[in-house]
Amino acid sequence: MTIIDRPSTDVAIAGGAPAGVKPSEALGVFKRPAASTSWRDWVVTVDHKKLGIMYGVTAFFFFIVGGVEALLIRLQLISPDGKVLNADQYNQMFTMHATTMVFLFVMPMAAAFANYFVPLQIGARDVAFPRLNAFGFWCFLFGGLFLNSSWFLGGGADGGWFMYAPNSSTLFSPSHGIDFWTLGLQITGIASLTGAINLIVTVLNMRAPGMKMMRMPIFTWMVLVTQFLLLFAIPVITVALFLLTFQRSFDATFFDVASGADPLLWQHLFWIFGHPEVYIMILPSFGIISEVLPVFSKKPLFGYPIVAMSGAAIGFVGWGVWAHHMFASGLGPVSVTVFSMATMAIAVPTGVKIVNWVMTMWGGKLSFTVPMLFAIALVVQFTIGGLSGVTHAVAPSDTQQTDTYYIVAHFHYVLFGGAVFGLFSGFYYWWPKMFRRQLNDALGKWNFWLMLIGMNLTFGPMHILGLQGQPRRMGVWTEGRAGEGFFNFGFWNRVASIGSFVLGIGVLMFLVNVLYTHKSKKVAISPLDPWDARTLEWMTHNPPQEHNFDTIPTVGHLDEFFHRKYETDSLTHSVKQVHSAEEVMAELNAHPDEHIHMPSRSYWPILLAMSLPVIGYGLIYNRMLMAVGVSLVLLTMFGWSMEPSTSPDDDFDPPAPGEGGGHTKELSPLG
Amino acid sequence: MAETAISHGHDVGHGAHSSTGLSNNKLGMWMFLGSECLLFGGLISTYMLYKGRVNVGPQPDQIFDIPFTSVSSFILLMSSLTMVLAVSSAQRKDERNMNLWLVVTALLGATFVGGQVYEFTSFYREGLGFTTSLFGSSFYTLTGFHGVHVSVGIIMLMALVGMNRNKRIPGDRAEVVELIGLYWHFVDIVWIIIFTLVYLIPS
Repeated sequence: MTIIDRPSTDVAIAGGAPAGVKPSEALGVFKRPAASTSWRDWVVTVDHKKLGIMYGVTAFFFFIVGGVEALLIRLQLISPDGKVLNADQYNQMFTMHATTMVFLFVMPMAAAFANYFVPLQIGARDVAFPRLNAFGFWCFLFGGLFLNSSWFLGGGADGGWFMYAPNSSTLFSPSHGIDFWTLGLQITGIASLTGAINLIVTVLNMRAPGMKMMRMPIFTWMVLVTQFLLLFAIPVITVALFLLTFQRSFDATFFDVASGADPLLWQHLFWIFGHPEVYIMILPSFGIISEVLPVFSKKPLFGYPIVAMSGAAIGFVGWGVWAHHMFASGLGPVSVTVFSMATMAIAVPTGVKIVNWVMTMWGGKLSFTVPMLFAIALVVQFTIGGLSGVTHAVAPSDTQQTDTYYIVAHFHYVLFGGAVFGLFSGFYYWWPKMFRRQLNDALGKWNFWLMLIGMNLTFGPMHILGLQGQPRRMGVWTEGRAGEGFFNFGFWNRVASIGSFVLGIGVLMFLVNVLYTHKSKKVAISPLDPWDARTLEWMTHNPPQEHNFDTIPTVGHLDEFFHRKYETDSLTHSVKQVHSAEEVMAELNAHPDEHIHMPSRSYWPILLAMSLPVIGYGLIYNRMLMAVGVSLVLLTMFGWSMEPSTSPDDDFDPPAPGEGGGHTKELSPLG
Repeated sequence: MAETAISHGHDVGHGAHSSTGLSNNKLGMWMFLGSECLLFGGLISTYMLYKGRVNVGPQPDQIFDIPFTSVSSFILLMSSLTMVLAVSSAQRKDERNMNLWLVVTALLGATFVGGQVYEFTSFYREGLGFTTSLFGSSFYTLTGFHGVHVSVGIIMLMALVGMNRNKRIPGDRAEVVELIGLYWHFVDIVWIIIFTLVYLIPS
């Protein structure tokens, strides 16, 4: 893994190194940046934990951007004849809201957790390709900024997040918004693809001794499935985006109906990516609550292998259901039947998971902390969204619901009630691990209840609106046509709009909580193992040292940390604690590994990622700039490959036992 | 992308310590190639959907020069053989032959790309532009993407020769050669599929 003893390093390069030159300088032309404590360290870092935090902060920023867009949409619909946005702005708003939430918030926030916790959960010191990891983050950041720069350069994309052809052609959308959209998603796609390769290799190859696949924490399992989905889904959207770019920028004919093109090609390519994509968004959250529920129920996860395998089953079947997004497009009875059946079938492994979570809580000693509340809410809200999802599997019913608010209600229940609640559960659960302090419980409960009530007020009425026929992308409603009595459009639209502001205040409470936790003097440092957790990531300092583990643990059980703390009486099956978390850590670190070799910092990931938007702007505005961008990419790639493999001062020797536990400097998400 | 994936030998240690027994770099390359299958899958599907769909501009059977493309395909396939020889020399630490076979592989690949440029030019003269028809757009996109992949392979091969001369290949050199070989064989296999589906099966 990442441990290389110095002698073997010397042997490995002895053939090439001239005498008298330090081994690390003999290879490569540019120096590696040295370690420092300033902000510069965050720019050149390859540490998976720092990158995880950077993913998280950036994704949360885009969450707020997407949230403001959502509030503008609801403000427009709060009253009849809304005048907040004109039709063009409204189109841009819902397109960019969805794009931002899907590609710039949920996916990267899941990547934040995956980056931070997968290496810790499998007992590794870093990911398999640390520089590639940094490159992925910078691609995400610059891709997201590039995409959003369209707001200031003639307006955002306006074709809806699935950007159906031929509506996406220059004839119907002459602004540059869609060009920014295709190129921006291409850049964030690179981030997803490199991240997928990196995390798959990390999970398959870098597990601690004894950590068999069926001993991996469920979060790691779900991340693995997600990364395989990304690995095979991203190239399909890449093809679709290239075809659209070629059509818009070079007059290719792929979606030009006048030339005989079939607009369904776009729909198929998009949804072959797009349906795995919804599992890409939800599975990490399933993983998070599969960690949280056992910890706060004081029971092991019910049916661990079934949960892991049903996650994998969702991953497989997820490839065979994409056309249920296209029932209204006239696929023909055979296709509709097949995809309808497959869609009903995929509800089975999902239902199995829900049963497992409920059985985990059944008979447990439940403690209703904030992470637990979010996890339970996920189970409930996702079940509601899942049930409305099954109604879409019934093709005749779906044909009726297509492009109505019923669809909007469904996917917000699964994505907000599912994916986002899971992520918030993760924030509260892992905050003490990442930042040494527990988020405040009272503020957290305000955060939770406001979000829960807000989301049900916002998205619940949309079921009614949709079944009454309110179209999905309608920018204005009029009093005269709103209907009467219980089914009055106006009433339910007002409820939804008010709900969205409750939801907004709920999210704001999270930021208030973070500020309070880190600025208030009264908040104490969290104990080492505040939740009495079960998995390996809690066998490290809070926050973990740069090399994670002084000693790589040897794993003998599923829930290894739990088994080191507790003993089961074989006669009575009662469980009693025999060691504290501190004792387990002390025992593990009694004989720390020597010469822990960590990957060195690098300038090249950020430089390479910065070159990509240059190509994007070049393609839109000036082909010379594009040539500059391409040469920058080639130059930085060569710089990357010529970089010396290590910097000399990077090896770390843990202090001998008794000298203290290494450095545990506090990381603040704000600083 | 491939360039970045393979240049990481030293940071991450070697195969013997990994859980699967494969080195990180090799597993990473296999994952990347798996992803590439879907990229070409999408492009090939687009072509198959659109070829012969409308009767505008030149049709495939009017412009394809099967003997010419067969020869250039044969040259590309031979480059897989020379790549194997390069990998085998690298594993035997026979540096002279390794460099020789890498250069020969790059030259064969360059001949193929040259043939493609010639082919594109002559198709264009016969009236098949990128925007002429659905066939034109999808044909040039599919074979163009393949050509770019071959060109990236050539750049990697030449970079490998250059870096080897300056002793700048980090980590296990034989494995780096093998990884680029994996990529190269993959690109060749994709060409076998494209050649069969696009050129040989009549529309």
